[in-house]
Amino acid sequence: MHRIGVFVCHCGTNIAGTVDVKAVAEALGKEPGVVSSVEYQYMCSEAGQTLIKDAIKNLKLTGVVICSCSPRMHETTFRRTAAAAGINPYMVEIANIREQCSWIHKDKATATEKAIILGRTAIAKVTLNTPLTSMESPVTKRALVIGGGIAGIQTALDIAEAGFEVDIVEKNSTIGGKMTQIDKTFPTLDCAACILTPKMVDCAQNEKINIYSYSEVESVSGFVGNFTAKIKKKARYVDAAKCTGCGVCTEKCPMKNVPNEFNLGMNNRRAIYIPFAQAVPKVATIDADYCNMLKKGKCGVCAKVCTAGAIDYKQQDEYVEREYGAIVAATGYNPISLENYDEFAYSQSKDVITSLEFERLTNAAGPTSGQLLRPSDGQHPHTIVFVQCVGSRDTSGCGKPYCSKICCMYTAKHAMLTRDKYPDTDVYVFYIDVRTPGKNFDEFYRRAVEEYGVHYIKGMVGKVSPRADGKLMVQASDLIANEQLHIEADLVVLAAAIEPDKSARSVATMLTASMDTNDFFTEAHPKLRPVESPTAGVFLSGVCQGPKDIPETVAQASACAAKVIGLLAKDKLTCNPCVAHSNENLCNGCSACEKVCPYGAITYSDKEFRMPDRTVAIRRVALVNPAVCQGCGACTVACPSGAMDLFGFSNKQIMAEVDAICK
Amino acid sequence: MDKREEILRISGVDVRKCMRCGKCSGTCPNYDEMEYHPHQFVYMVETGNIEPLMNSKSIYKCLSCFACADRCPRGVEPAKVVEAVRLAVIRQKGQNHLKASQVPDVLDEDIPQQAFVSAFRKYSK
Repeated sequence: MHRIGVFVCHCGTNIAGTVDVKAVAEALGKEPGVVSSVEYQYMCSEAGQTLIKDAIKNLKLTGVVICSCSPRMHETTFRRTAAAAGINPYMVEIANIREQCSWIHKDKATATEKAIILGRTAIAKVTLNTPLTSMESPVTKRALVIGGGIAGIQTALDIAEAGFEVDIVEKNSTIGGKMTQIDKTFPTLDCAACILTPKMVDCAQNEKINIYSYSEVESVSGFVGNFTAKIKKKARYVDAAKCTGCGVCTEKCPMKNVPNEFNLGMNNRRAIYIPFAQAVPKVATIDADYCNMLKKGKCGVCAKVCTAGAIDYKQQDEYVEREYGAIVAATGYNPISLENYDEFAYSQSKDVITSLEFERLTNAAGPTSGQLLRPSDGQHPHTIVFVQCVGSRDTSGCGKPYCSKICCMYTAKHAMLTRDKYPDTDVYVFYIDVRTPGKNFDEFYRRAVEEYGVHYIKGMVGKVSPRADGKLMVQASDLIANEQLHIEADLVVLAAAIEPDKSARSVATMLTASMDTNDFFTEAHPKLRPVESPTAGVFLSGVCQGPKDIPETVAQASACAAKVIGLLAKDKLTCNPCVAHSNENLCNGCSACEKVCPYGAITYSDKEFRMPDRTVAIRRVALVNPAVCQGCGACTVACPSGAMDLFGFSNKQIMAEVDAICK
Repeated sequence: MDKREEILRISGVDVRKCMRCGKCSGTCPNYDEMEYHPHQFVYMVETGNIEPLMNSKSIYKCLSCFACADRCPRGVEPAKVVEAVRLAVIRQKGQNHLKASQVPDVLDEDIPQQAFVSAFRKYSK
């Protein structure tokens, strides 16, 4: 006979304000099998837990029902409490009388009635509960980092520092990401390359880090601690082991007119290229879209000049399969396309550029060797207009509804550096709000105004019209002066909104990690679990989770590494015992369960069965791998013969709950 | 009905969506002719300061080109607010500011064609 204890929590006034907790405890005390029913202010407090433990011991309880908040919140707490008092933790059931009752009802009588029904339901279930024991699964002590920008680099370095192996998969031919294209970094103005390239070299030299450059993750299977990823190493037509990175091929290649994506198409590169001098790995890559040898079978210049014999026109895509305990998404961002913002004449004039293009124009390794020159005629611009929030905070459907967060600061940096290097230049910044929350950020922006004389104007540019003489007519509002301004500018710089990299969605699908409507990865909890995905074993680093500047990205990347290390440091993981199992006598081997299982946990085997007439029959039956099963229950619904059932959520238990609700 | 409510109802605009960026006034081709500018229409309707707008010539100076509505990043559509104020005036007085037949007399050569067409639309209601 069951001896059930019911514990009704007030949750301060969260529950007690709307639910008559005394009445609930009294009503549930009369249910069959219940030997004690009490209420208390905070069940989750130490005193509350002691109350439960004492009741379990003194009244020899076999099952416990807690009427409180959502099981998401405190199920683990109360299971631990029960285990500490000596009963199986899976003999605890939670009736959610807060989220599902007090918070959504206003009328006390209705809420109380519903709370009693929910409590009765939990009692009906707990009487059918059976003690369950958690299994353990091993942890592969290796991490996969998808994306080799500053976020992926920092996460990989920190994981390697703790002694675990890390693989970085980067789709471009070098790691480094967006930071390699940036000239200087706010608010201290250190040169981006000077602080980034040592980290890139550290990655290359670290024995624990393996870089798969020019590679993509093709598929991922498995679960926390036991992932298997298939990585595609795209053919670069150069043997990475032989290439010394001398660069002779990139000078001799006759295909001179390939747009250089590293400089955002503002100059050209050859068909065989190394993106920049400090690339890691420093290995040439042939662009198959432009190479004459690969397209027409004629040329072969690079092979002739390569003294290392590294060129291999026959190279094929290669696939590697590896096992990982944890996976980090660090897929980064891109500026949005400006096709919806034709009023700024981006497609009409070469002298209307994005902020990232401006970075390349001021970078010593850029197309102008660091001289700020107009892309159209190579002249020094004397009036520059910066436009902020181009496509950010835009709910009209053309852009992104969120604030891109980094633009206010990099625009202040651009404006300040321009005035510093070219004091004869007039610099205007049109802003809606200047957002500078960050250490030394507002001081930095004020310096641009007060020390460098940048004209900050509260208002937005409405229209940019290129004139025949090459000037750009900027029409804008000055909201504080209540005037419309007409500025003859030489260069217009647009602070384009940023969006998650296009690859993020396919990565999220592979990892079964969730995303928001803007394609940013969702964190497990917006405040308390910011670097974990809700999918166990998948972690988030950098802008793929939300807009961030470099300091924040690095901080989050290290936080992410700490979580990965915490996982990899364990030898075994406790599995959820609420998994599916198949009743072989009922299973007819139809494969319905196997087809719906999202985790690949179900296999089939031919088994011998003794039949009533003393013959032996061989039947095909389903087998569940409990280490792989996540207990989603899809198979139990799909099974036509009722052979599949879930521990802890059996069909019988669920029917009992439904009956209790309908009583 | 309260004037503010009337204008919100006629225009169908949610003025609270405005984030005060001023792109409407930055974009307005007839800015200099208007005493109150598109962003001011939105703001003054939001705060209920409607009388000055109703008494201003600005409601007739608006070209109804809808550039402000097209480029507003928040989808506020200031042009519809201007038009709503104008309609409120017309409904209040029970008559038009001008008769359509009078329009050609008050036009000068510098006025944009668009304003000319829009004037007929406004005054022949």
